[in-house]
Amino acid sequence: MEIMTVNAKAATMGNASWMGQHRHKLYSAAILLAVAVGSLWALSIDTRFLYLLVYVWFGVAYGILLQYGRFCMAAAVRDLFAVKVPRMAVGMMIAVALYALIAALVTLSGYSTFHAHSLGWHVLIGGLVFGFGFVFTGGCASGSLYKAGEGNLNSALVIFSISFSQALVVTGGGWLDGLTPAAWAESAAAKDMPESLTVTQGWFDLFTAGYIWDLKGQTLAESMGVAESVAATLFVNTFLNAILPVLAILVALYIFYYRKGYLRKSGKTNLAFSDELTGMWSMCISSKNTAIAGAGLGVLAGLHMWVTGVLREYYDIFNFGELLTAMGYTQGLSIQDTVFDPGYWYITTQEAQWGGWVLDKLGFSMMDSIFFGLDNGLPNPLLNAPGFMSIGIILGAAMLALARREFKWKLPTLETAAFAIAGGIFMGIGARLAMGCNIGAFFATVTNGDPSGWIFLLGMVGGGYVGVKVFTRWMDWKMSREGGCGL
Amino acid sequence: MAMSFQQTGDGEWRLDVTGYSCPHPQMYTKKALQKLESGNVLTLVFDNPSSGESIVAMCESEGNDVFERDDEGGNFVWKIRKT
Repeated sequence: MEIMTVNAKAATMGNASWMGQHRHKLYSAAILLAVAVGSLWALSIDTRFLYLLVYVWFGVAYGILLQYGRFCMAAAVRDLFAVKVPRMAVGMMIAVALYALIAALVTLSGYSTFHAHSLGWHVLIGGLVFGFGFVFTGGCASGSLYKAGEGNLNSALVIFSISFSQALVVTGGGWLDGLTPAAWAESAAAKDMPESLTVTQGWFDLFTAGYIWDLKGQTLAESMGVAESVAATLFVNTFLNAILPVLAILVALYIFYYRKGYLRKSGKTNLAFSDELTGMWSMCISSKNTAIAGAGLGVLAGLHMWVTGVLREYYDIFNFGELLTAMGYTQGLSIQDTVFDPGYWYITTQEAQWGGWVLDKLGFSMMDSIFFGLDNGLPNPLLNAPGFMSIGIILGAAMLALARREFKWKLPTLETAAFAIAGGIFMGIGARLAMGCNIGAFFATVTNGDPSGWIFLLGMVGGGYVGVKVFTRWMDWKMSREGGCGL
Repeated sequence: MAMSFQQTGDGEWRLDVTGYSCPHPQMYTKKALQKLESGNVLTLVFDNPSSGESIVAMCESEGNDVFERDDEGGNFVWKIRKT
């Protein structure tokens, strides 16, 4: 009996340890099941929700890859200056190259949903402010989403801060209006927009109607006057605008951040050209996870654009707002009956809509702004297709983090919460000035032939550099106050 | 939660940055490794997965050896020998 008891106990312990060992995988599977059941439920209501579900599932896939590769574009800039590590910058360049190649195929197939961004000083300044902010938040816009999926509540706070700061930026008025040039007000007034938008009130409306709308958004081929053709897409927009700069940046990263360590590891004092190429390759695959994630994200981002393009043709629409109207959901649409629907990977605008939607429900006037009232609308978060992509990123990252036993609730402290909120405000302001974040204003642009993204990257690098300097000073000051830490 | 860095033995140090997100863990690690002498061992405790990738790359670049890794349950305990 005693042996049996021991055996029974052992069996119970075995079961308990099996549950203990597999608990995280079960949670992970439960999230996958919930997304699948939710998708079927949405389709049972109306099959046209397929359009929204494309965002959801691409979001889940992005989240999985972001977590797998610890893929955060903030690290691409910050870690170069903070710890001289090019890992993420290399991963980002791999992603850009692959996205550019797939985007070229999508463009040639006629399914591209991309529109070039307006090019002006706002892109550089927005990049600077955004890059400064993400040093303090510990992640870019997408990075914060996947880290929230790992249980990091600091990152959740960053998302909250980005959401509300953007909503307030695009609807702010009062004394801020006085800081804008008179020419913006004149130009905005001349646009003959509906009175409900009050485009001559609110600094962001003046900025948009009086400045942004007067600028041109062009691909490199268009700005060079090259007629639309296969050669223009492949050679000018893909090779000259994306692949060539990527190669140049990889060479610079190799020379300034990797070659010295590679020389030491290889035991050589001089490198032949073939050795240099081997060294470059070694740099590209030094972090396999990051390289694989970069390649996967590049391919997925291109495919996402293609799938949305195909669905738009299938439903004969230009914007999800038309589909929502046809399904009987008309609340929260812009006065053009549209909603934010980029058709590709984008992050910050839907977060601005989340913040705006909450403020709208609290009684604040949101829809008299160009950003919400004319362009993006304020749909219920349950009908916000790109918003579900962001939620998908969180869920995808949570699934993988749980399966890898890396999920851990992490609570903010006063210091990290202050950084998350302040950094998130900078990111929110920067993203709206530049009309996008490191995804919308950089990743999606440079890969689709739009050179404005490189200007945004330049700003982001400058802002990241200053941010690291300020952050280092903060760390040094804090350590000197704590005295005994010994660092 | 507070960062702690202390000597635990002859040539052995321990840096605990549990609870911190990027970029704190990698920046504190860099500072700690700069303080160590050649041959010293740093036991690094952290729970931010993405910092781990940067710390590995940083150690590879500077020739420091991450010779022991315990990555269970979202808590990372690594031993790094400074060259």
